[in-house]
Amino acid sequence: MRERVVADLSRLPLHGLRSASVTWWGTLAFMLIEGTGFALVIAIYFYLMSLAAIWPLNAPPPDLLPGTVVTIILVISLIPNYLVSSWAEQQDLRKVRIGMVVMSALGIAPLIPRAFEFAALNVKWDTNAYGSVVWTLLGLHTTHIITDLVDTLVLTALVFTRHGRNPRRFGDVQDNCMYWNFVVAAWLPIYGCIYWIVRL
Amino acid sequence: MIAAVKRLSFLPALLPLAGCGGWQSAMDVHGTSAISLKQLIILVVATCSVVWMLVMIALIRALTRSHASRLTPTVVDRGMARRMAIAVIVAVAATVMVITGFTVGSFFSTRALSAAGADDLTIKVSGLQWWWNVQYFGATPDQNFVTANEIHIPVGRTIRFQLEGDDVIHSFWVPSLAGKQDLIPGRPNELSVRAERAGMYRGQCAEFCGLQHAHMAFFVIAESQAEFDKWADAQRRPATQPTDAEAAAGQQIFLSKPCAACHAVRGTKATGTSAPDLTHVGSRKYIGAGLFETTRGSLAAWIADPQTLKPGNNMPLVPLSREELLSVSAYLASLK
Amino acid sequence: MTESVIGPDTRDAELERPLVDAALENTWATASGFWSALATVDHKIIGRRYILTAFAFLALGGVLAILMRLQLARPEARLIGPDRYNQIFTMHGANMMFLFAVPVMEAMAVYLVPLMVGTRNIAFPRLNAFSYWIYLAGGLLLWVSFVLDMGPDVGWFAYVPLSGPQYGAGKRADIWAQMITFTELSALAVAVEIVVTVFKQRAPGMTLDRIPLFVWSMLVTAFLVILAMPSIMVASTSLILDRLVGTHFFNPAEGGDVLLWQHLFWFFGHPEVYIIFLPAVGMVSTLIVTFARRPVFGYLALVMALIATGILSFGLWVHHMFVTGLPRLGESFFTASSMAIAIPAGVQIFCWIATLWDGKPVWKTPLLFVIGFIFTFVIGGLSGVMVASVPFDAQVHDTYFVVAHFHYVLIGGSVFPLIGGIYYWFPKITGRMMSEPVGHWVFGLIFIGFNLTFFPMHILGLQGMPRRIYTYQPDMPWHGLNLFVSASAAVLAAGFLLFFIDALRSARAGLPAGANPWDAPTLEWATSSPPPSFNFARIPVVYGAYPLWEQREALSVADGLRVDRRELVVTSLVAAEPEARESSPRNSIWPLWAAITTTVMLIWSIFSPWAVVWGSIPVAIALIGWFWPKRVPEDEA
Ligand code: HEA
Ligand code: HEA
Ligand code: HEC
Ligand code: CUA
Ligand SMILES: [Cu+2]
Repeated sequence: MRERVVADLSRLPLHGLRSASVTWWGTLAFMLIEGTGFALVIAIYFYLMSLAAIWPLNAPPPDLLPGTVVTIILVISLIPNYLVSSWAEQQDLRKVRIGMVVMSALGIAPLIPRAFEFAALNVKWDTNAYGSVVWTLLGLHTTHIITDLVDTLVLTALVFTRHGRNPRRFGDVQDNCMYWNFVVAAWLPIYGCIYWIVRL
Repeated sequence: MIAAVKRLSFLPALLPLAGCGGWQSAMDVHGTSAISLKQLIILVVATCSVVWMLVMIALIRALTRSHASRLTPTVVDRGMARRMAIAVIVAVAATVMVITGFTVGSFFSTRALSAAGADDLTIKVSGLQWWWNVQYFGATPDQNFVTANEIHIPVGRTIRFQLEGDDVIHSFWVPSLAGKQDLIPGRPNELSVRAERAGMYRGQCAEFCGLQHAHMAFFVIAESQAEFDKWADAQRRPATQPTDAEAAAGQQIFLSKPCAACHAVRGTKATGTSAPDLTHVGSRKYIGAGLFETTRGSLAAWIADPQTLKPGNNMPLVPLSREELLSVSAYLASLK
Repeated sequence: MTESVIGPDTRDAELERPLVDAALENTWATASGFWSALATVDHKIIGRRYILTAFAFLALGGVLAILMRLQLARPEARLIGPDRYNQIFTMHGANMMFLFAVPVMEAMAVYLVPLMVGTRNIAFPRLNAFSYWIYLAGGLLLWVSFVLDMGPDVGWFAYVPLSGPQYGAGKRADIWAQMITFTELSALAVAVEIVVTVFKQRAPGMTLDRIPLFVWSMLVTAFLVILAMPSIMVASTSLILDRLVGTHFFNPAEGGDVLLWQHLFWFFGHPEVYIIFLPAVGMVSTLIVTFARRPVFGYLALVMALIATGILSFGLWVHHMFVTGLPRLGESFFTASSMAIAIPAGVQIFCWIATLWDGKPVWKTPLLFVIGFIFTFVIGGLSGVMVASVPFDAQVHDTYFVVAHFHYVLIGGSVFPLIGGIYYWFPKITGRMMSEPVGHWVFGLIFIGFNLTFFPMHILGLQGMPRRIYTYQPDMPWHGLNLFVSASAAVLAAGFLLFFIDALRSARAGLPAGANPWDAPTLEWATSSPPPSFNFARIPVVYGAYPLWEQREALSVADGLRVDRRELVVTSLVAAEPEARESSPRNSIWPLWAAITTTVMLIWSIFSPWAVVWGSIPVAIALIGWFWPKRVPEDEA
């Protein structure tokens, strides 16, 4: 077929940020998938609760301390997370490097109280259905912290190599920050579910 | 036009639906609720057939009408587009009306799912892999009795079935009497049934439940109140003691072999509960959940090799000599 | 030759057209050879692979169907025992749904969507490669275990407690659950790719109302996948947890619930059937336009119908559970919502008929399949409306009536358009035409064989024949019709066999097709058949929904892209205005490694929960290898 050139694309940038970037949309789509997964497990929690005569089933409510510490760390981490994201926006490599180290540390930090959270649930996964669902909620969220932590660590390593100078890395950093926001946001309803619904 | 030919051959195929019968058929109905379900089914199927035919007529017209030859596909005829838009809107409106009718009709016939009126009799049915345990409740607990795979009910009375799944999910379905209802572990269900006419109706487990889902049938025998009372009285009684020598020997063997660990024969030491109650097994029409008619021969065959006749079922092969087999089957056949 | 002219940052505008093609070929092509084949990320190569694999699974699943029909032809037949039969119908259902119907639609999309929106590769091409390998692994897992007599035997929806720890002995149910994980993983990956491709890689000027309807249908489907598949992932994972580590999700004795499984399964399962159906709808809209030689009537109505079906499909799941004893009022709500879906379905049927009415039909094989589709799908849809009524369903649920319903919609509603679509796009994919005369025979055999096979099943169901029984007794009045059904299935199978033969033969010896043999209006026909590795030498610019009909003399295109790296245009979401010259990744072997390590982890986890811990380490390594930047022009920014 014959062609007629009607547009010149040569002046377009080599890479778009945010909504002009395909990875940004991809991250969003994966967040939608995982968000649906979280919502479903929470729905299972309420479904089982609605069937049970007493809730929690034959178990004391979970201890608040470790879970609340995790929540505080996660919420606090949003501040540096926001900063890193805006430094990436400004393409400030030096600050991004520092920020990524901080974020790596803040990825590891919640895992420490998280390790105690499982014991604080006061029920085992194989005790009853209540135990199964709270362990699953907690396990699912922990997996997300760990995957994002691995992602952050790799990216941190990357910004310290020669690949760090590449503007693409700033997009990666922004996507990573967005994902961390999601990990934190997903935690809040789970936290409410596990620790507070049982106390109502 | 293939479509046209198919349309004609499709019609007669629909008609026999109304008449097709059998003792386990949603079209050969003798229960209050099945009768009104059949009316709903016929009404809905007839309406849908008309809808389908109208769509086919439109399709055939669209394909065969003489077409103005057009040079370029992208030139739009505005008048035609308007007429088509109106046609589509009318068709959609008609669709809305039909489905509204169906929804309302369906809502009202939902009541037919359970026969109306106060319950005259409660029967508890448990589904097990792959047979049915049936429990009748009398005025006092000592009037209760248990049987298996065969349910007698009085004609014209409303029977409430309490349905429970004891292992996996099964489904209680006697199409000639009523729609089906699942038996779900941990979630007791109920179903009310009323037979309008005496007769023997076959039912079959309708939810896949493992190896012998195919052979998990049962029978509902609807009879007059008098016959029913007589039957219930007989069922309530413990098993008759064998009178002839062969059956007596059979009883000894039955009690000394593992049989008694699973089966109960009331009035003897056999009190197992994990298998069909055999107190009056000889009086039941079928054994093995609809597998064979009960005869001495079929009992012997079953006991000799249950795993070949109904592969995978939960009764093991208990090795018996030829004589033992003969006397055990004589004994069981005598349990009327 | 090209090396001398092509330096860094060479633009297509600087070169003569033949040189542009050569340079792009140099940049985009997948070299021949085994390792390159494993490392390729070309959506066309992967799409072709996907399509072939899915059709292989159709043939295998069809062979299972034939086995079932042999067994059911006579009462108390002893050909297949209950244990094997249960494996066979479970395999047939699971294979057809998870390994054939869903993947084949995604496969078609993987091949066609980038071409139809005028871009050079799908978004996230490496993820695409990964998704194919994972799909293949899931299929192999299922079939190998079947051959080893370890195939799942719990039905394609694996109801607990039958599939639970207590009654589902061995590893059979675990294999079913893990096969789900594989196929859903791959489906989710493809869904993400489709969404992003459609959102961000459309040709400049392809505004929302100019998107081809097949692409719209795949976009809606992709969202259904994204929102529905997590439900089955959650379900199958909790089933595995119940079976492996002793959780109690489905155990009523410890506060779990049996029906929870059914809710989770059907919350996925109902959208699943539209995941299979909507792409087929998109194909019908595409074929009707080309063979009626008219723009589709009611483009907006059709798009709305797709979206409405998609949204409604999440409010129907309880219609699979009408006899489980849920509250009657709630059930009636689901009757109403299920009936409501007849409205968008009707809108589509009526718009298609209107398009044909206005058009001038070209009697080619694809059109025959479209007509066969309308004929059968309306029957299947109407029987769907029937079973949507609670009281009606009380009689026919779990009988052959339902088996008839879903084969009418699955085969009549999805496979017919698919086969029509294959006849239509075969020349694009292979560069050769399939045979018209043979195509008429294929249509005749499949259409007649299909109706004769499945129509009598309605009657069998009303006569009380339950589904999933490996045999029935001679005193039941079913043997006549069953024998008839089995004999008709042979006609149907002959039709499919002829189709396979025609496809295999035409791929080698069919008539050469040329770029646009049907005079079709959408962009995939603007490039050669088969398309070059880079799809379009210059990115098309569109001004309407039917670019090749609207711009007959010359196609508008844009230039200014680099030829020395894989470059494509990213456009804005709504208006499709160019935003960036984004790079598209090169071939890589890492997706294969990621798939292999994931496979090891998933299969191992059937046996030990620790697999998730230790198995994830190699997966992480493979993923780092995948994403770690290499010194290539594609990484420039
Ligand atoms: C491609 C797949 C597909 C499609 C498109 C559909 C479409 C529909 N299905 Fe079906 N269905 C399945 C695949 C599909 N189904 C499968 C696989 C199962 C069984 C799973 C299993 O148990 O193994 C199933 C089971 C199933 C059940 C459960 C039955 C049971 O187990 O007892 C129900 C109940 O409501 C149902 C309803 C519907 C409805 C209302 C539609 C509607 O979308 C149909 C709408 C279409 C039309 C109505 C025709 C066109 C419209 C017109 C021409 C307008 C005029 C119409 C009227 C006036 C009514 N389906
Ligand atoms: C898209 C999905 C799909 C498709 C295409 C089919 C196709 C067919 N199905 Fe299937 N079916 C299902 C989905 C599908 N089915 C599902 C979901 C179930 C429920 C399972 C469950 O209950 O769990 C089911 C259940 C089911 C049953 C009920 C089993 C039971 O309840 O006991 C039956 C019975 O007749 C049946 C028959 C057939 C037949 C005869 C075909 C025919 O169309 C097959 C046509 C034949 C072929 C396609 C073979 C052609 C190929 C060759 C001859 C070989 C050529 C070889 C090479 C080229 C290498 N199917
Ligand atoms: C381990 C338990 C077990 C033992 C031991 C056992 N049975 Fe059974 N039996 C069953 C079960 C379970 C069934 C129901 C099988 C079915 O229909 O699926 C059954 C069914 C029967 C039936 C048919 C009952 C009916 O109404 O359908 C008869 C008769 C019978 N058993 C006799 C015997 C005899 C005689 C013996 C000893 C020689 C025996 N059984 C030993 C478990 C057992
Ligand atoms: Cu019990 Cu099927
Ligand atoms: Cu459905």
